[in-house]
Amino acid sequence: MPNLVEIRDLRIEATSDAGNKLQIIKGVDLDIAAGEIVALIGESGSGKTTIALSLMGHTRRGCAITGGAIRLDGRDVVGMTERQRAALRGTEVAYVPQSAAAAFNPAVRLIDQVVEVTRIHRLMPMAEARKKAIELFRALALPDPDTIGQRYPHQVSGGQLQRLSAAMALIGGPKLVIFDEPTTALDVTTQIEVLRAFKSVMKAGGMAGVYVSHDLAVVAQIADRIVVLKGGEVQETGTTEQILHAPADAYTRELLSAFEPVAFARAQDIAPARVPVLEMSHVFAGYGPIGPDRMPHKLVLRDVSCRLDRGRNLGVIGESGSGKSTLARAMAGLLPPAGGKVLLDGALLEPAAHQRSKEELRRLQIVFQLADTALNPQRAIGDILGRPLGFYHGLRGGAKQARVAELLDMVRLPRSMIHRLPGELSGGQKQRVNLARALAANPEVILCDEVTSALDTVVAAAVIELLKELQRELDLSYVFISHDLSTVQAICDEVMVMSQGEVVDTLRADQLPDGARHPYSRLLFSSVPQLDPGWLDRVPLRAGV
Amino acid sequence: MAVSPLSMRRLGYHVTWTGILAALIVLFWAVIAIIGPSLMPHDPGEIVDFDYFGPMSKALWFGSDYLGRDMVSRILMGARYTVGISLAAVCLACASGALLGMTAAVTGGWFDTLLSRFLDALNSIPSKLFGLVMVAAVGSSIPVLILVLAVIYTPGSYRFARALAVNINTMDYVTVARARGERTPYLILHEILPNMTGPVLADIGLRFVFIVLLLSGLSFLGLGVQPPYADWGSLVRENIGGLPFGAPAVIIPSLAIASLTISVNLLIDNLPVKIRDRSA
Repeated sequence: MPNLVEIRDLRIEATSDAGNKLQIIKGVDLDIAAGEIVALIGESGSGKTTIALSLMGHTRRGCAITGGAIRLDGRDVVGMTERQRAALRGTEVAYVPQSAAAAFNPAVRLIDQVVEVTRIHRLMPMAEARKKAIELFRALALPDPDTIGQRYPHQVSGGQLQRLSAAMALIGGPKLVIFDEPTTALDVTTQIEVLRAFKSVMKAGGMAGVYVSHDLAVVAQIADRIVVLKGGEVQETGTTEQILHAPADAYTRELLSAFEPVAFARAQDIAPARVPVLEMSHVFAGYGPIGPDRMPHKLVLRDVSCRLDRGRNLGVIGESGSGKSTLARAMAGLLPPAGGKVLLDGALLEPAAHQRSKEELRRLQIVFQLADTALNPQRAIGDILGRPLGFYHGLRGGAKQARVAELLDMVRLPRSMIHRLPGELSGGQKQRVNLARALAANPEVILCDEVTSALDTVVAAAVIELLKELQRELDLSYVFISHDLSTVQAICDEVMVMSQGEVVDTLRADQLPDGARHPYSRLLFSSVPQLDPGWLDRVPLRAGV
Repeated sequence: MAVSPLSMRRLGYHVTWTGILAALIVLFWAVIAIIGPSLMPHDPGEIVDFDYFGPMSKALWFGSDYLGRDMVSRILMGARYTVGISLAAVCLACASGALLGMTAAVTGGWFDTLLSRFLDALNSIPSKLFGLVMVAAVGSSIPVLILVLAVIYTPGSYRFARALAVNINTMDYVTVARARGERTPYLILHEILPNMTGPVLADIGLRFVFIVLLLSGLSFLGLGVQPPYADWGSLVRENIGGLPFGAPAVIIPSLAIASLTISVNLLIDNLPVKIRDRSA
């Protein structure tokens, strides 16, 4: 039997706004048998989404298929007219996007959006479509399958919305489903449920799938075969077992090694000083107007206390909404706490940043998650790094230039970057500039808010390595906030688990992950996907947390 | 979109033919406003034709007006008033609007609320009526006209700038600057302004057109530029009697107003776009 999908020597070109042609897919071959799930894995820019979209005959704006053939169920997608492709989409091949929140119309009931595909293609009567949608909801393990469709997108959680978007893709009975990073934006505990639902539905329906992801551990749970991509070319293709245990390609090995949890080991043990460099005691903070109980309307941090010793690192881990970013904002004075104390080196800090002295602000720096938004897109790197030097240290002219060059060396960036704008840098480079700006102040404590979360695994590992090196050289202390256990594990002496604004557990690095006492931290740690294809089937079902 | 593949590409910009044409017309009027008076064939106040509403002829290209004065000279002179007053007013309006808008967005709280409500109140007064009342009360002179036009268009510019600045204000790089301890002037000038220059320039262009039209309207009603000076609006008004005869004296200034306003509008819609891919 011929394969469901046969891609031969696919070439896709992008035209830049200056009219230059750039080949982004450079001759890719790919086969997918009926009922098989193939994962496309690679870093951002490797062309994995571009290939997945080309299966529907779609290319993004400015791109065009310039060569090769895509045969879907024996029919050539490349040569089709747009009308023929439109008939194909939704019935033969369907797409599950990364952000379900952006894929749903917020003003239309969920069930009407899910059955829309059958209406467009006139597949079945409305009543039958609704019945089928409810069956799919049940198969995807959605709560209240009979009535959940009556809700609006904002009334369900992110994980539920992602499963609903899968239902939308599956209702037309496609032979091939494309999953484009469907769990990347979800918390680990939610990700498990979604993955499990996807897996069971795909197996039951005998559908073929393409699963696009950058996360090897997630892919290992769901895929039969893995295709490793880099720079628009296939590096390696193999069964999941073979890729995980006997990778042949150097890049695949690099991906795998970036995934290996690096246990944190400090070179020499520093005796903790009596006075911690940063301390928080019984802090309450939140948003909204202050109520009669002198607390904000929406309280996010409830009675949080923590301490960070000089030269050590404190990890803060938790799911989205657990208050970990709010913790950093309260420390930095961006969100003045409504109650409790923040102490820097034993001295009490004012709650709000604008009340603190310049010297106090200098000693405590914050680095944000998204370097894209944390760097002013209109200012050159030299200006961005130069400002804190002038502001805190009064440097100007040649001395400032020299120090900027030094900072760039420190974060391993070429000095020629001075005149570039942030938009001209890669994600990893931007994050290094972001870090260098904090270093420019000569701080004692750096608050790292998810600094590696938006980066590819290999790049993230390099940034973590850089952070450790800088710590050795500059006697820094980090507060490291992340939702990812393995990154926190790689750098922190102590890890604090947060849930719903409270600290539920505090663990030493050597107790991770098995020493967790609180049921929530145990659930959180057990939900981190592992590079073992059988892991998803073994991990126990979420017990009502 | 028509794209010029040649001239500006080397400088790293995309340009459209519409944009080039509009820019040339705007440039033409700007040059006329500066050097126009030295090109005048006659003194604008001099009566050179015994006929009034004279037709176009070799001697008088644009004919003569209701007193038999040379229209070419009067248009050249009027360009100075129309372009000059409007430019001064639009700069004043947009500069104060943008500055207040950014300050309000960054400061927030009471300052923002009071300023916004005050300017909203100002905005609710019909602009023509407000202009008429102010000019009638104080008397028409060029500084008064500039000031009145600026006051009328400040609230709109403020609203626009504030809406942009509120969005930029929530970006992480502004938060970082705040955490560093930067004061409001730095935040406004270095972090926020560079990220909204494009839209603000477009807004200036649009508002310039409104101001030209309002100034022409005021002049048409007799409250704008006073005789013996005349901007294009007053030229239309004083020669309106020639309309039944199809006199060029009324058509030419109308065309001048139309060409300037439409060109400015087309220009701001077709500003050169920077090419991001610079590897070429």
